[in-house]
Amino acid sequence: MTKPFNSALGVLFSLRTVPVLTLMVFLLPVLAGFLSTVLPAFGYLPVIGQVSFNITAWIQLFDHPALHSALLTSVSSGIIATLLSLILSLSFVAAWQGTNSFEKARQLLAPILAIPHSALAIGLAFFIAPSGWIARAFSPWATGWDRPPDVAIIHDEWGLSLILGLMIKETPYLLLMILAALDQSQAKQRLKLAKTLGYHPVSAWVKGVLPIIYKQIRLPIYAVLAFSLSVVDIALILGPTTPPTLSILVLRWFNDPDLSYRTIAAAGALLQLLVVVSTIFLWWTAEKTISRLSRRWLTNGKRPLAERSVRILSKVSLNSIFILFFGSLLVIVLWSFTRRWRYPDFVPSVWSTQNWNRNIHDLLCSSSSTLIIGLISSFIAVVLVVACLENEKRRGKSAGSGALWLVYLPLMIPQVSFLFGVQVLTIKTAINASWLAIIWSHLLFVLPYVFLSLTDPYRQHDDRYIKVALSMGISPARAFWRIRLPMLLRPLLFALTIGFAVSVAQYLPTLFVGGGRFSTLTTEAVNLSASGNRRIIAVYALLQALLPLLCFAVALALPNIVFRNRRALKGH
Amino acid sequence: MKQKTFQQASISATSAPSLHIKELTLSLGGERLFSKISLSIFPGEIVTIMGPSGCGKSSLLAAISGTLERDFSLEGQVLLDELNLINLPPEERHIGMLFQEDLLFPHMSINENLGFGIPAHVKGKRERNTLIIQALNDAGLSKFGNRDPATLSGGQRARIAVLRTLLSQPRALLLDEPFSKLDAELRARFRNFVFRHARANNLPALLVTHDPDDAKSTGGRIIQISDF
Repeated sequence: MTKPFNSALGVLFSLRTVPVLTLMVFLLPVLAGFLSTVLPAFGYLPVIGQVSFNITAWIQLFDHPALHSALLTSVSSGIIATLLSLILSLSFVAAWQGTNSFEKARQLLAPILAIPHSALAIGLAFFIAPSGWIARAFSPWATGWDRPPDVAIIHDEWGLSLILGLMIKETPYLLLMILAALDQSQAKQRLKLAKTLGYHPVSAWVKGVLPIIYKQIRLPIYAVLAFSLSVVDIALILGPTTPPTLSILVLRWFNDPDLSYRTIAAAGALLQLLVVVSTIFLWWTAEKTISRLSRRWLTNGKRPLAERSVRILSKVSLNSIFILFFGSLLVIVLWSFTRRWRYPDFVPSVWSTQNWNRNIHDLLCSSSSTLIIGLISSFIAVVLVVACLENEKRRGKSAGSGALWLVYLPLMIPQVSFLFGVQVLTIKTAINASWLAIIWSHLLFVLPYVFLSLTDPYRQHDDRYIKVALSMGISPARAFWRIRLPMLLRPLLFALTIGFAVSVAQYLPTLFVGGGRFSTLTTEAVNLSASGNRRIIAVYALLQALLPLLCFAVALALPNIVFRNRRALKGH
Repeated sequence: MKQKTFQQASISATSAPSLHIKELTLSLGGERLFSKISLSIFPGEIVTIMGPSGCGKSSLLAAISGTLERDFSLEGQVLLDELNLINLPPEERHIGMLFQEDLLFPHMSINENLGFGIPAHVKGKRERNTLIIQALNDAGLSKFGNRDPATLSGGQRARIAVLRTLLSQPRALLLDEPFSKLDAELRARFRNFVFRHARANNLPALLVTHDPDDAKSTGGRIIQISDF
């Protein structure tokens, strides 16, 4: 390291403390919150006068009549959704990498990810329900239905629509993670090599590339698994109701006016964590077994691998996912401008903007708190992450893979398992239902995603640009502001957008930490979703989807405007 | 060197084809990388195409092997004897390629890397193992079969990469500066190793390089890419 570089470190000494600070920002609440969940689970809850440790809550929990099937649906829907999303994304990449359809699909991923889960789930319900748009499209001419058939598609007891809702969000996410892993691992070269050895595309990919990149997509897969096993908002909108999934059961107990339910809720929250941890362990065991059993198969020399069927099946399934996504979005738009839409009409018979006009006050309120919380939390996250990464660059060493596990921690611990504890803490520290508490709680989930999206571009930024600047006598701070940040404008904005989208989508943190004082578009949409008033729900869901999409549009357009005369920094 | 050179299992059964390149040219964004190339390479012959870096040599090989990026547009023909390859995907061309990097698969042992090359029609564990052992002996690495590729030296890895390609029974061989990453002494030895195998297997081989020493050492035709 050069001398001016080192002396600059002295000036910016505070930069060194940022990684620790950042870790504390999100690890402390997670761990403290977790602890505050553990204590009541074993009977310690002074609020209701219980100060002795016992296992009554656990006995009550396991005696609860709904527990058995709640556990079963949680585990089965979580594993199936993750498995199907993974298989679909892997097979699509294997069969279509390097083609035009692949590039087209790639462009759709970011907008799908930007839309909050709950907005999508609401749209999906409007789309596939017996009274939904698909049924209307085929009624009555093909089905003969004059009224919606009495079948439970939404809230079905098997959790099938829940699985579908999860897949629409998780498949694009995994696809994106796979693509990022491919960029880093000489995958293109290896694929070429396998093809010159006579391997057909799918088998070349599965045998020659997948085993190498799996390490890199393992954590994202675990995050998807943990999310699917413990999801709350999608499960409220699409999941089974009698009995619901475990996470919903726990949420009901936490919200029960009878405070004595708090201990059983805390025990349930711990059980939820146990479910996640043991399922991840199960998955890990399966990985090891498959990798051991497939060794012979890897080198048996078979060149094709069900090429045609993989190609066709993966494309049909992914296109169906895209169709479900866009259909869900479109049907929300229609409902939000509907005054009268009788079954089985294909489109509304009377349109109006009254759904918007009559609720304009509430809409503005929830939108502005959504915007404030989202923008501030994602901005803080970007600042912290940039400071960490800049510190890393100046010290010349990057955080190991252990740090990555820490980053993923809030994504792998189920929200219900520690947010209740966080709520208790905010009450104790008298910051409950304050902006500080709610922004902080969002930051816990925003920070990991911002970190994940910014790390690669930041680490890859060519330090020689900074060195050139330093050699011309420019101070490190100035080089950072004038060279580094402008060159990284695009990934910075993108990270901000991702952070914002994550914040907009949060349901449980707002609910638990907001203490009822804060309503965001997401909490309103989810709470309304049980009401059955599609017009109002649609308005909230649409706004909820629009905010992140707008943010994405700005993040895409702004660098092109700023760099309109700089070809090397322009996007495609 | 009196070492026995590894030969493809089935090469004697079929007579080796010649590789014909007819009026082949590539363009990128409407601009031609080089003029039309026409060239025939006969079995056992090693032809070198030379040119400075960035002249499109590697893209030429990618075009012949079928792994060209989609941004390029291509005119002309590539034939193995009578068989026109130009519309075939890379996996159906049977053209082996050696890259600058050895690209051994890090998730497989040396044995498994070699086994990956052997076609499926070579059936039976025994027969496949025999081929692998032959290849290992030929590389002078008979004890290394179960090793992790990462524990081998650059030269050793390079030899395994060559044998893996030969085990896949290619009908022609393309060499994309495969010697450029090796130091001088190793380089001469490895060149001989590659050329000896190309000839022993009676393969038409095309080398692209910017290094005159590499070109001379083939003892074959040397063509400047600007000559076309």
